[in-house]
Order: sequence, then structure tokens, then C-alpha cells
Amino acid sequence: MGRLRNLLIPGVDKTLLLRDAVKTMPDLTRRRFISGGASLGALTLLTGCDVTDQFSAEEMLKQVSKFNDGVQAWMFNPDAMAPTFPESAITKPFPFNAYYSLDEAPEIEAKDWKLEVRGLVENKKSWTLEELYKLPQVKQVTRHICVEGWSAIGSWSGTPLRDFLQIVGADTRAKYVWFQCADKDGYNSPLDMRSALHAQTQMTFKFGDEILPRAYGFPMKIRVPTKLGFKNPKYVLSMEVTNDYKGGFWEDQGYNSFSGS
Amino acid sequence: MSSITASDQASAKATPKAATKAKVIQPAWVRALHWTNAFAMVLMIMSGWKIYNASPLFDFTFSDSITLGGWLGGALLWHFAAMWLLMVNGLIYLALGLATGRFRKKLLPITPEGVLADTKAALTGKLSHEDLTKYNYVQKLLYAGIIVVGILIVLSGLAIWKPVQLQYLTAMFGGYEAARYVHFFCMAAIVAFMVVHVVLALLVPKSLRAMIIGR
Repeated sequence: MGRLRNLLIPGVDKTLLLRDAVKTMPDLTRRRFISGGASLGALTLLTGCDVTDQFSAEEMLKQVSKFNDGVQAWMFNPDAMAPTFPESAITKPFPFNAYYSLDEAPEIEAKDWKLEVRGLVENKKSWTLEELYKLPQVKQVTRHICVEGWSAIGSWSGTPLRDFLQIVGADTRAKYVWFQCADKDGYNSPLDMRSALHAQTQMTFKFGDEILPRAYGFPMKIRVPTKLGFKNPKYVLSMEVTNDYKGGFWEDQGYNSFSGS
Repeated sequence: MSSITASDQASAKATPKAATKAKVIQPAWVRALHWTNAFAMVLMIMSGWKIYNASPLFDFTFSDSITLGGWLGGALLWHFAAMWLLMVNGLIYLALGLATGRFRKKLLPITPEGVLADTKAALTGKLSHEDLTKYNYVQKLLYAGIIVVGILIVLSGLAIWKPVQLQYLTAMFGGYEAARYVHFFCMAAIVAFMVVHVVLALLVPKSLRAMIIGR
């Protein structure tokens, strides 16, 4: 190592070199940046996180991710629509993707299923599929983008979530709509209210004009074209309007919680 | 230093400290930004490789031993943290490069004849490194080019990150899928640049010294 150093920088005063090298090291800049970012993130989200926590890369990354939630919420324009495509652009076959194989996907009997509505809503009645099918539906052909990077264009039809939230008398000043699903190990995911109220956010009952198949989340999925795929829960069992951040299956493991497109 | 550039001579008349000042090859701000950038880029590239592996564009993946983050979620956390360091540092570099006239003085003009002549000289081993304050035409072209690539990789990255909110930017790259390829090829160009850059810096160690201590 010593020989290598001599080879690289011949005739350099070692003390001077050290002093200057320390000055040019990115570490200090980085730390200042990190603590700035972390406290800003905490302010944005009012999560009351403790920035005096002992420094660790993991903690730092968590704080930056919270900061990024704030940045993305700030960037989110409720009037910006996800680009739509002609039917000819639909990806065939549309990929099945989950943390389990298709055989393990929930098999739900339509007659046994009811959508439970909880939390800050006036009407907490559960909805049968028959009742939900009677609501007006809208079709969208949009790009589904996976957190893994791949994307596919699909056709989804269903009721705009904001219409449903209005019907059930949801308090739309609440922070989240939290979904629980039938996937094995209990999938769940929080959706920030502004995204929930976006015109294209949909309670999806059909894929490609056909009843939503098991692979894509029968009987109901939530299609959010302004979010990454994992924020589009399938096999939905319940929705809860809440001010509490209740976490999510992937969110808790480290995927960025906002994950907006 | 056997030769002094015209601008250095001008400053020599203007300030009494010129004798020491003229010796500075890389000013402190360039050195600080350079190493910060190097650090941020290594984080971005290594975490980016892990992200690439989750859904490869080509018939290969990067070995886990040279990636960062452990799994996709970890790599994404690193990528979206280091991006701030890379972007803020890059913006300061662009602002100072333009404001101080460094880009204009160091990188311009780039002429085809100059590039051709210096490429030939480089390949035949006749390129002089006597005066490190002056870049030859090959250096000018590569350094100016990598700045453009640096801007492109950030823009294509933003296009992938926000294909709805920044959809006009995404459309400029030809859509989401095309932007992924642009982002990948910019990475490849930067890695290729880094390899050549590091090899040459080791071959001309005084250039490395100048980027560490300034002289």
C-alpha cells in the first residue's frame, strides 16, 4: 500500500496532502446535506422523527426517503393526468406480478365477498360486488410502471375512487385511504388522500372490458396510474379513511411510501 | 510549469499574490466538487446496477458483489438519496463553471482539426502533459462531452422517476421505456469515461496530485 501511494503521488508532502485531502473529502458535505435533508423531511411530514438518533446509513436512508415523500407530495399536481394510450398499445399478455406465484393468488368467491368501509366515513356499510357493479364506470388505458423498472400498458374500467368516497361520505381532509387485501401474508398499502382523489384513481372491476381476472386482482383492485404498481393493491377487502399512517406490505420493507410517477 | 496561460499572466499583473496563484492548477472549489461528484457517482452507479438487475434491459445482470443496497428496495433508497448529492453538487459545478468562465476558458474552443491532431498525437504517444492548466483538444472534447452526458443522465433519470408529473420531459426522451435506455447508455458512457479517466490520471500522477492538493 505504501509503495503504491508513493507511486501515485511522487514527491508530495504527506502532511500537506492529508490536510488537503481531508478538505476535499465529500464526507463533511455529505453529513451536512444529510442532516439538512433529514430535518427538512421531518418538517415536511411532521412525523416527529428524532434527528439526534445515532447516525447510521440505514437511518439516514430512511430519513431521506421520508424527505422524498415530501418532495413528491409537493411535486404532485392533481390536475396532471397520466398519459393515455390507444387500445392497440395494450401489452399482451399483460404480466402477472406478485411476491407469490399465480397458483397462490387469492381465489375469492364473488358471493362471499364484501368490501368493508371503515374509518372517517359517514356510511360504514359493506358493499357487495353486485352493488358496486351498479356504480358508473370509466375506462382508462394507461401505463402500469413497476418498482422493478418494467412497464406494461393495460385497460382498466371501474368507478373513480373519489366518486365512491363521496358516496360513502368520507372525510376527504383525512390523510390516507388505507387498503387491506386478501393476498397471502396480508397485503396492505396506504394511499395519500390527494392521490386517492385524483380523477384517474379507480376502483377497478374490469380488465380489457372483461371482469377482472384472478391474476389481476378479482374482485377489485385499486388502479392508481400516478403511482408505482405496488401502490395499486389487488384483491381488496377493505378500505379505511384515516389520519394515521398505518404502513404497508412493501412500504414497511423499505420501498418509498409515496412512490409517485 | 514552463508555460503560463494568457489569463494567468493577466491575473499576475492584477494581484501581488500572483506568483503563488499562478501555480494553482485546480482551484479548491473544483477539487471539492470533483471528489464529491466522484463519491456520489459511485453510489449512483452501484445502486443503479442493483436496480437494473430487478428488470434487466439486456441479456446480462451485474454481479451482486459490485452493487449497493442488498436488495431492490435498499438500492432504490441509496439511489434516491445519492441523487440529491449528485444533483446539488452538479448544479453548483455548472453554476460556478459558467459564472467563473472556467468552462469557456478551459473547454472552448473545440475544433475538429484540433481534436484530430491531438488524437493522432495521443495515439502515437506524442501528446504533451507539460502544462496541466491547459487541456488538449481530446481532453476538451471528453470533458465537455461528459458534462453533457451528466446532464442527460440526470434528466433521463427524472423522466423515469416522474413519467406523469414530468411527462413532457419523459416524452422528450421518447417515452418511459426509451428513457430507461437513455439512462442506461449514459451510465455506460460515464463508466467508460471513468475507466479511461482513472487510467490516465494514474499514468500522469501529477494530474491526480493537482486534483488533490491543487498544484
